[in-house]
Amino acid sequence: MAEKLYIEALAEAIKEEFERDPNVFMMGEDIGIYGGAFGVTKGMYPKYKDKLIETPISEASIVGAGVGAALVGMRPIVEIMFSDFMMDAMEWIVNQAAKLRYMTGGQLKVPLVIRSPMGSGTGAAAQHSQSLPAMFAHIPGLKVVMPATPYDVKGLFKAAVRDDNPVIFFEHKLLYWTKGEVPEGDYIVPIGKADVKREGKDITIIAGSITVIRSLEAAEKLKGEGIDVEVIDIRSLSPLDTETIVNSVIKTGKVLIVEDDNKSYGWGAEVLSRIVESDAFDYLDYPIQRLGGKDVPIPYNPKLEGAAVPQVEDIIETVKAIFGKE
Amino acid sequence: MELSKEKLLWMYKKMVQIRQFELKTDELYKKNMIWGTYHLYVGEEATAVGACAALEPTDYITSTHRGHGHTIAKGADLKRMMAELLGKETGYCKGRGGSMHIADISTGHLGANGIVAGGIPIATGAALASKLREDGKVTLCFFGDGAANTGTFNESLNMAGIWKLPVVYFCENNQYAMSAPVNKFTAVKNIADRAASYNMPGVIVDGNDVLEVYKAVKEAVDRARKGEGPTLIEAKTYRWFGHSKSDPRVYRTREEEEEWKKKDPIKRFAEKLLSEGVATEEELKKIDEEVVKEIEEAYQFAVESPEPKVEDLAKYVYAEEGE
Repeated sequence: MAEKLYIEALAEAIKEEFERDPNVFMMGEDIGIYGGAFGVTKGMYPKYKDKLIETPISEASIVGAGVGAALVGMRPIVEIMFSDFMMDAMEWIVNQAAKLRYMTGGQLKVPLVIRSPMGSGTGAAAQHSQSLPAMFAHIPGLKVVMPATPYDVKGLFKAAVRDDNPVIFFEHKLLYWTKGEVPEGDYIVPIGKADVKREGKDITIIAGSITVIRSLEAAEKLKGEGIDVEVIDIRSLSPLDTETIVNSVIKTGKVLIVEDDNKSYGWGAEVLSRIVESDAFDYLDYPIQRLGGKDVPIPYNPKLEGAAVPQVEDIIETVKAIFGKE
Repeated sequence: MELSKEKLLWMYKKMVQIRQFELKTDELYKKNMIWGTYHLYVGEEATAVGACAALEPTDYITSTHRGHGHTIAKGADLKRMMAELLGKETGYCKGRGGSMHIADISTGHLGANGIVAGGIPIATGAALASKLREDGKVTLCFFGDGAANTGTFNESLNMAGIWKLPVVYFCENNQYAMSAPVNKFTAVKNIADRAASYNMPGVIVDGNDVLEVYKAVKEAVDRARKGEGPTLIEAKTYRWFGHSKSDPRVYRTREEEEEWKKKDPIKRFAEKLLSEGVATEEELKKIDEEVVKEIEEAYQFAVESPEPKVEDLAKYVYAEEGE
């Protein structure tokens, strides 16, 4: 199987979906000849210029028009340049896309994908660096996914385009240039299924997006400490695969949840609650631990920026503390 | 008149249906039979009917919180509309939406919308789809004077302007955004003047003259269908009742209301049909009576329909595969 970059796997999925279904097209700012702010559509323009609708800086109406096109049978992909800019489009995501099906008694459907880069680590500071998936996972009617690997980004993107519901698709910026195995051609990673990225017996780390990569790195280092870590990539926040999480917790009895969103009211709190409410509660032999972003806007200075979200060392230290190792 | 007698009488009947539907709605609310809010369209019948008369059945509309008139004019079933107001399973939204969210995809109605300006980007996107697919359809976007001051009005009309989309932005200027008079909250005299910013024609019409509305919209629809791009139409009209069920109308005078009632769009159209010999008084009376009967049947259907089941509360949140 060929090794590809996350950004290449995503671009491949976009092009294959363009070819597969004439109703699929993409709208967004600077996605044409420029190739998008992060280069996801780089090089696509000459061949797919009818599929790439370049828009003015009008996030609310880009998403709103995506909703309108979806209602009449298209399958639009909307790129929002930075997920922070989705705040300008919240009306169209929360009050329109998420609700039109329900409030028309199932008459309308909104097969819309909104894909957007998120996260810190690029020195872009507070208005270009947030991780906000939990905010969207709170809204009934939306699906929320955040693939961590090149394999998953391709398969989940195809699932998102083919889903009849609005799907918010988060891509952590630091993942774009990570490598992994990606099969040629068509395959689907289903929305709503978590994935055991590393099997282990001593503790379950539940992570998503960038924190999966950091947790896997931490797990390798913890092996030297004699701690066998299982890493679960939740992949989808909504719907959330409680079963895979619960099964792992029953096996290991210890849990660390690592999220890139800031911790208060984050998705880690929801995952924790699902564990506590489940049969797995009786198997816990240590209080569930959570690592999340600090409750601060993302700062500019690289030392401060790095300290604002969980890093590999934070994960290692927390796990060691659970096992009573300094 | 260039229109056939059949079409003119259809327009008359639709206007009467809207009026009677709204009066029945008000009556049912006062009998505590309508749970939520509603926004009556009485006085504005000529705008919905004139505009929809210029569309093909396969064309799309987007509507507003004051949407009953648009929905009836586009051809919806009065029974299912009334059932929705009463929250019944047989309603257009199976009782999940109520007055502000009625859609009827079978007549190209993409939905009323509880959010002011909600339909503006949606209509723009539907028109973009038509352009991409070259399906020859036109989308007509109803919105009010209040919506013209939102950010998406600017964004969407600009997008339609640069892409020459097959869309007609149809502003029903009924003089008040809830309690806010249009001349106090809109910097330009006419909303249609803003069309210049988007490189599209701006047209002002008497919104209480159904034929004038029809003519302006027909021209805009023809332009759109030929690929010549969008038009902004402003129809000046007036809502006779308050903004919603709870509005005591303290922001305007009863004299002003009486002046506008003299321009009753239904009365004016009836007089024109009679004076030009298109129809006789008997013919119009027969239509009036038919409508009374239809409204009564719609009411009976709604009253006798079952309520949604509580165990189905979470149905329709997501589309399931294959639906």
